[in-house]
Amino acid sequence: MVVGLLVADLRYSRLETARAFLDTLLIPVHTVADIPAAIGRWQERHLQSRSSLMEDNDHLSLENLVLKGRLQQMASLQANNARLRALLNSSALLRDDVLVAEVIGVAPDPVRHQLLLDKGGSDEVYTGQPMIDADGLMGQVIEVSAFTSRVLLITDATHSVPVQVNRNGVRAVAEGTGSLDLLEVHHVAATTDIVEGDLLVTSGLGQRFPIGYPVATVTRVERDPGQAFARIEARPAAALDRARHVLMVFARGDAVEAGAGG
Amino acid sequence: MVEQQARGYWVILSSFLIAYVLAVVPLTGLAAWLRPEWLAVVLIYWAIALPHRVGLATAMLAGLGMDVLEGAVIGQNMLALALVVLLSRLLYQRLRVFSIGQQALTVFFLAGVHQLVCQWIQAVEGAGARSLWFMLPALTSAVFWPLVLMTLRRARRHFEVN
Repeated sequence: MVVGLLVADLRYSRLETARAFLDTLLIPVHTVADIPAAIGRWQERHLQSRSSLMEDNDHLSLENLVLKGRLQQMASLQANNARLRALLNSSALLRDDVLVAEVIGVAPDPVRHQLLLDKGGSDEVYTGQPMIDADGLMGQVIEVSAFTSRVLLITDATHSVPVQVNRNGVRAVAEGTGSLDLLEVHHVAATTDIVEGDLLVTSGLGQRFPIGYPVATVTRVERDPGQAFARIEARPAAALDRARHVLMVFARGDAVEAGAGG
Repeated sequence: MVEQQARGYWVILSSFLIAYVLAVVPLTGLAAWLRPEWLAVVLIYWAIALPHRVGLATAMLAGLGMDVLEGAVIGQNMLALALVVLLSRLLYQRLRVFSIGQQALTVFFLAGVHQLVCQWIQAVEGAGARSLWFMLPALTSAVFWPLVLMTLRRARRHFEVN
């Protein structure tokens, strides 16, 4: 019977509804497990010294100023971009809507790179939805229950993401390795123009991840003349093991066109 | 097996819930690798102490919850825990008279079986090979066995679960 269940789940994904239901039922377990961390966060919030708070505030307002300054240019650049794309007859880039979610659990098995988020089906989270943090792509949703969802990080050994080099558009696939700070890019010809320090961004191929989100920085390129392919290692841009708040990207039908009519 | 009024379901149930919570409490670094298989250890205790009440069905139900909590393939923990409980039921008469050291050694083997089964199923799933580190929880489970034994025995006697 158990073997039957195993096969049913592994091969045919028949048990998704039952799993989602049980997942919802077991939320209290995660909530209780999160209590020590919650106490830590409460302390952090309430027992901070006045001086450190003021320092933080100064720092943040400075950062805000810098970001706002950059944003001014952004608007005109976006309009410019949309105009040029219209001239080229290609579709306008879509701006994606996001939803802020909180990480409420991590997979207990250190080899599985999965997170549990506090947003689920009731917030219209869907399977396959991409997730980012402030620095780059983090992963995608693999399971949705009513109030939580489970995401697979890009560094999980079973995860791959289509990328391109930001500098010249070379396409590749970045695969997870099971180590939190390492992605490997396989099957890139030894003569391909990829060097250390190159930024890999999502290419939008495969229709799952929207185009243009930073994924990783190339840290090592090894070209062995005896091998047909280069060995390329990259470090994920997102803070995969530190992020507390993450952004769920709605890249499907509800995205709006940026700079419409421009 | 004398016909007795079964009581104290909630004690067994809450021990499982505590095991669940301990199993998903976020840990980092080495601690995550060392996390004992709490649910397996608790199940072993109940299978030894109350073999007429805690059996395969309990193990499978508890395993189902664990599968969902872990996000594992449904059936992984069910199969592993069913096997563990089956083995401990075969052994329970011997286990009861063992010294605590011998019991801990047995728990090491049982938890090792649990880890191996989980490992096989994950390999079938395509999670890829990994080092022998996955056996560490078996070791820590054995280390924590005396603690679990004392706590649960006291709880069982205090609430007169039989």
